[in-house]
Amino acid sequence: MVTDEIPLSTTAERQAVAAETGAAPDKEWVIVTRGLKRDYDMGGEVVHALRGVDIAIRRNEYVAIMGPSGSGKSTLMNLIGCLDTPNGGEYWLAGELVSDKDEDELARVRNREIGFVFQTFNLLPRATALHNVELPLVYAGVSADERRKRATEALERVQLADRIHHRPNELSGGQRQRVAIARALVNQPAILLADEPTGNLDSTTSEEIMRVFEGLAEQGQTVIMVTHEPDIAAHARRVIVLRDGRVASDDKRATFIKSAGIAPPDLTRKA
Amino acid sequence: MPFVEAVWLALAQIRVQKLKSFFTLLGVCIGVMFLIAVISIVQGMSSYMENDFAAKMLGVNTFTLRRFPWFGDGASSEEEWRSWLRRPRIYHSDLPLVASAVPEGSRYAVESQEFLQAQTQWARPKQVEAHAVDGDYFTIKKYDVHSGRLFTPQESQLGAPVVVIGDEVAKYFFPDLDPLGRPLRIKGMPYTVIGVLEKQGSVFGLSLDRVAIAPYNSPLHHFTNPRGDVDGIMVQTASALTMEDAMESVREVMRGRRKLRPSDPDNFFMETSASALAFMDKLKKVMTVAGTAFPAIGLVVGGLVIMNIMLVAVAERTREIGIRKSLGARRRDIMRQFLVEAATLSTLGAVIGILLGILIAKVVEWKTPLPAAIAPWSIVLATLLGTIVGIISGVYPAKRAASLDPIEALRKE
Repeated sequence: MVTDEIPLSTTAERQAVAAETGAAPDKEWVIVTRGLKRDYDMGGEVVHALRGVDIAIRRNEYVAIMGPSGSGKSTLMNLIGCLDTPNGGEYWLAGELVSDKDEDELARVRNREIGFVFQTFNLLPRATALHNVELPLVYAGVSADERRKRATEALERVQLADRIHHRPNELSGGQRQRVAIARALVNQPAILLADEPTGNLDSTTSEEIMRVFEGLAEQGQTVIMVTHEPDIAAHARRVIVLRDGRVASDDKRATFIKSAGIAPPDLTRKA
Repeated sequence: MPFVEAVWLALAQIRVQKLKSFFTLLGVCIGVMFLIAVISIVQGMSSYMENDFAAKMLGVNTFTLRRFPWFGDGASSEEEWRSWLRRPRIYHSDLPLVASAVPEGSRYAVESQEFLQAQTQWARPKQVEAHAVDGDYFTIKKYDVHSGRLFTPQESQLGAPVVVIGDEVAKYFFPDLDPLGRPLRIKGMPYTVIGVLEKQGSVFGLSLDRVAIAPYNSPLHHFTNPRGDVDGIMVQTASALTMEDAMESVREVMRGRRKLRPSDPDNFFMETSASALAFMDKLKKVMTVAGTAFPAIGLVVGGLVIMNIMLVAVAERTREIGIRKSLGARRRDIMRQFLVEAATLSTLGAVIGILLGILIAKVVEWKTPLPAAIAPWSIVLATLLGTIVGIISGVYPAKRAASLDPIEALRKE
């Protein structure tokens, strides 16, 4: 179903996106994409992974991005995470137009504004939890003492104060992912960007990680989670579904849970 | 990432992979080891030449009037050599003239030597370095007797068949005997031993104690200088300041004696320790160049090994690079990390190589007559070379690492 109407959840978002090209969005918007396009050249054949994506995300929102494989959600995640640059359209992150930044500037944006949480944790295997968490601060040029202090605090936030000198192979999957979350948070990024954060975890541990995300969202952290699991997406307050490189639906959670026909997650349980 | 951080990271990496790191830095290590060993030995030789050889063989403030240079690097061409051979010889009869020309306080001596067969009833015949000398030979050569005495002026003048012998000659020909007063036969003629010289040691393994020195006027000169010519006339001036003047006066009288026109070149040569050392300098340069070529090859090979291993490391650690980039590492951060790692490896290799090279130099010094002097600059040079080799061989792998696409790198298993 292709419509002219942009399927955004509210008028405010519609306005944020529809504003004049090149105009900086208001402060409340942490992410605004306007007609974001990404093509890949696959041996002479051009694949349109994203065909014009319009998204507006406020500060403190907890958003899930869903979609079947091939829908372009990984591509969108790479673009939002500043690991890739679009072929067309605009991407505003925390008031900065990042879609036309060069490689070094993107590295800086990744360092300051984005906290990644990956499916495979992506911790450095030989480094301790503390050292892993310190890594973004190293690239931010923070002094060793300050790094240690902030990394320890970040690990305390994810209840790993007693594991700071353990290496990843001495930690359980859930603990590893919590180290990764601590690492993502240590530089106080504008967004926490999680790519299938529970993909490698069993359901109990998945719940544990989801509760961590829930807690962070409640503390005011913007969380964007890419997943293909409706159960996981249901934890978010807003779900954006991609299909064929476009936004197919953009709903509040209640609508999503109803349409997906799944039980609402129990948000009263706290970690 | 700050530089110190990168060095710590590199050291941690090396510690984790000890064996692999060891093989990586082996090439640089061996190259540097030979470099240090060669430079030490060449340096040792040359300081030895300057301090011992020049003084022992040629004497200080001393020049020797010769037909052509002995210790130089020889004639530059066949033609020059033939022209040297056409020159008149230096004769014993030139001595009074030279003696008259040199300034007050100077010493002079004639020297002529030949390897001649000597024997006694206590030992089998053997060659000795027979010298027929005149003048202040012993003073100029700084020879002193260990036992007995030197020639008296009368003995010199009359050509008495007496001989002063070196330590080795004494030990060989007079085993467990006091050689003083006993006869040493040289070319069948008996010479009475009147003195034994103090031990002189050796230069490049050639003993200086195989000498038998008799007065010039003794029958020995018939064998050492059958034609009345001498090897050279040595002149030692009282101080270094008067040496130039002395050389100039000797030059003038010799030119006069040989009736050379002003346009004619000298047909004799005055050899000084400086002229011999100039030759040594040349030799040293050649040896340094030749001796460093091999280590240089070692360093190049070492550099290639490091490059290769670093490329493997980049491939192995692609995911790590992806992670670092996703966390905000810029191109130059990754570049620096791998460059520093290569340089650290290589410098470590150089440091180990320096230690081994010093060890080799010490062993050579201990086992052979070649001395070794470890030059501080060679250690600095070797360390720098190690670092530079590391940086050069790290550039390409580091560039590859830095230009990896973070998405691709993160996807890599």
